[in-house]
Amino acid sequence: MKTLFAQSVPGRTGCLPPKPEHAAADMLPAGLLRKSAPRLPELSELDVVRHFTNLSRQNYGVDGNFYPLGSCTMKYNAKFAEYVASLPGFCNLHPLMAQLRGTSQMTQGALECIWEMERLLCEISGMDAYTLQPMAGAHGEFTGATLIAAYHRDKGNNKTKIICPDSAHGTNPASATLAGFEVVNIASRDGIIDPEALEAALSEDVAALMMTCPNTLGLFETHLPRIVEKLRRVDALLYYDGANMNAILGKMRVGDVGFDVVHWNLHKTLGTPHGGGGPGAGPVGVCSRLEPFLPVGRVARQADGNFYLDYDHPKSIGYIAPFYGNFGIMLRAYAYVLRLGGEGLTRVAEHAVLNANYLKKLVEHFLVVPFGRICAHEFVSSAPEGLRALDIAKGLLDRGYHAPTIYFPLIVKECLMAEPTETESKQTLDAYAAALEEIVKQGLSDPRSLHDAPHTTPVRRLDETAAARNMVLTEDM
Amino acid sequence: MPFVPHTEDEVRQMLDVIGVATPDDLFADITPEMRPRSFNLPHGQSEMEVCGRLEALAAANRTDVVSFLGAGFYNHHIPKAVDAVTSRSEFYTAYTPYQPECSQGTLQAIFEFQTAVARLMDMPCANASVYDGGTALFESVMMAVRQTRRHKIVVDESVNPIWRRMLATHTRHLPVELVTVPQCVGRSDFAALKSALDDACAAVVVQNPNFFGAIEDYTELFAHAKARKALSILAVYPVMQAVLKTPGEMGADIAVADGQALGMPLSFGGPYLGIMTCRKELIRQFPGRIAGRTTDVDGKTGYVLTLQAREQHIRRAKATSNICSNQALCALRSLVYMALLGPQGLTRVAELGMERARYAVERLTALPGVSLLHDAPYGNETALRLPLPAAEVVERLAERGYVAGFPAGRYYSGMDDVLLLACTEKNTREQIGMLAEMVGGLL
Repeated sequence: MKTLFAQSVPGRTGCLPPKPEHAAADMLPAGLLRKSAPRLPELSELDVVRHFTNLSRQNYGVDGNFYPLGSCTMKYNAKFAEYVASLPGFCNLHPLMAQLRGTSQMTQGALECIWEMERLLCEISGMDAYTLQPMAGAHGEFTGATLIAAYHRDKGNNKTKIICPDSAHGTNPASATLAGFEVVNIASRDGIIDPEALEAALSEDVAALMMTCPNTLGLFETHLPRIVEKLRRVDALLYYDGANMNAILGKMRVGDVGFDVVHWNLHKTLGTPHGGGGPGAGPVGVCSRLEPFLPVGRVARQADGNFYLDYDHPKSIGYIAPFYGNFGIMLRAYAYVLRLGGEGLTRVAEHAVLNANYLKKLVEHFLVVPFGRICAHEFVSSAPEGLRALDIAKGLLDRGYHAPTIYFPLIVKECLMAEPTETESKQTLDAYAAALEEIVKQGLSDPRSLHDAPHTTPVRRLDETAAARNMVLTEDM
Repeated sequence: MPFVPHTEDEVRQMLDVIGVATPDDLFADITPEMRPRSFNLPHGQSEMEVCGRLEALAAANRTDVVSFLGAGFYNHHIPKAVDAVTSRSEFYTAYTPYQPECSQGTLQAIFEFQTAVARLMDMPCANASVYDGGTALFESVMMAVRQTRRHKIVVDESVNPIWRRMLATHTRHLPVELVTVPQCVGRSDFAALKSALDDACAAVVVQNPNFFGAIEDYTELFAHAKARKALSILAVYPVMQAVLKTPGEMGADIAVADGQALGMPLSFGGPYLGIMTCRKELIRQFPGRIAGRTTDVDGKTGYVLTLQAREQHIRRAKATSNICSNQALCALRSLVYMALLGPQGLTRVAELGMERARYAVERLTALPGVSLLHDAPYGNETALRLPLPAAEVVERLAERGYVAGFPAGRYYSGMDDVLLLACTEKNTREQIGMLAEMVGGLL
């Protein structure tokens, strides 16, 4: 499709505000003005609306397509949550009003939402306190790692390392590095953390272990109690990467089993939309030992029931976000939790795990499933000998399915990682498995035909090497 | 149960296929000792009840006020077509475009966003956005540290104090030394900035207009930085950028902004987006996602995420950043906003804010004891000295449904009498007149 810029017609206008009485040149010295107006597109409102409507048709999304993308929890995004976040009483609220005498009274509803959400997250996960500031999952990881650093520094501990298993998301080591830690990788055994490998890596300078549980292979870390005990011996903390929280809601609370810090991905577990790659939200929960270090301002409640922002926490790590996190995303998640309640959340985990295990059974006779035991909310498989995961993925696109996550985790060869989520029906899973089987059969009998897939998408396989080499990143390059 | 489709019968059939008796049998790895000690959550509610609860909470906020509050975050009119376009679920229920063949909508929109912000900032390259302006500033600092292999960052104190606080938190455990150069009556202290900029500096960070609304020309400072092989980082307010001398014209190496003003509602602090642009030589230091144009096997034009070798899913601990998302939907909103307004419309938004701010200054400085803090040219926001504490003025006027502005003393010592006052196209002359009358009544 032609870009907006290629459609631009000089002099055409769209949504023009009223004409000002003065031009910028009358109000500012010439030396402070730009030489010419920015070359934004000049289009009518219909031009713009039609362009984006047509662009949207070139996307798959959960509303139109099954999206079994492992580790991403592409569940249905309930429409009432969109409505809630669009209420003018929330949308039009300036965040700084909450910080000023006189106007903080005008933000009581919003502060109460934050207060309530923090408490709900505490009860769901068994933690003592929360911050909703982190603006994405990776930002939550960074916040958590920074809290760990602050805790150890305050105690006078000299801790320099964070351990990450080889099955970890790439963000774990990257976030730990950003918080000033050296990252130690440990190899898994049978797909889970090997207590002996952990023992070998443990020393007094280890600050924490970052764990995803169930991990990215869809396996529960069954050595968890032993791991907790080993970490305690060297005063190391245990971090819970909440990417796979969908698998444990109502079945296990991370605070109860020894985790000290946890981040959520509201856009995964609590059903807020992924938005094509963001915005997300990454609240962080901590046990009471770490509470003094949480970011400020923290929503607090006065004796008279009024909410206010408390900045008086001398041990706080400071500002993680400009304000109180991605409030609009938090609202959707809050509404979702209220809608589901405790039973509903437990049902989410049960049906997410049910769907994953059912789908695993349907595909295990034509894909290689390396871990036969009951899986959590997702499972990994390998393309059968002679086939590539990439080709299978592209074959799925031709049949209207988004592909599973491929080539991750890195420790599984030709990996296809599928997470069906609880919102998909049995009929969808049956049809998907049948399509997948057909693709595998086709690939095994005529491998070339799959190399050419997809055929039905708006574009076919794209030259990514050329994209990196030629670097055309804007219309002007 | 909402959002789970299976009937009891279907659950039974699926359990049979798996070979277990009950759904809870699938959780056998979670031993009894590991089960929740409590799960004391409210019962689920109907959609009607939840909406009613949230409507009541929304109504407990006052948004019918007349507001002159800005401080980096502004209440602009958002054309209704922005909501219409971005509420298409093909956009908002999609994931990161890792499968480009079925994500061309998102990818082309990112490419167009990169083009639009690069042109607005007059810089060659842009990424797909980061969380917010403060994150953009932090990531720019890290780009400079990696590029120059130096660790000292000179920061102008008139850069938004919220972003400076974020910068401090984010660099705390990294080999970065932040040197803050005090502002001088609401303006940059050029002599002090220059003398702080030595051969150990990775970058200088300034903002235009600055937190106090002052507009400066940083060309000479940036040349001074360049001579010392330090990078120049400029934060801007994107709406004013429609008319102001550009980061490119001033010689900035990296230019960033919070994109909230470009079509994002204030929404009590987020989601917003951080805009990042840079010179071409710095492209491999960029954090986060970047879309690039290429062709498919049939020679048809298409778009992909590119230069991924910088990113955490490949480089892990050695990545340029831990960021693995962009604010895709917010970037889309800002792109639609810029496309609807076009160069003329965005210029008008900037000019309307400026002329209203001038009228506010005219009316308020006519009051006894009220004066401009600084003598620099300003845009749609500036700082006024009042004959009484600014926080008190804000508190008193709030009772009458007016938010008079932002008391600078919240972040700057010795500035308790300074009020930051912002206007946008939404503030009418009548409202400004009323504000002046009310402030006059307090004096």
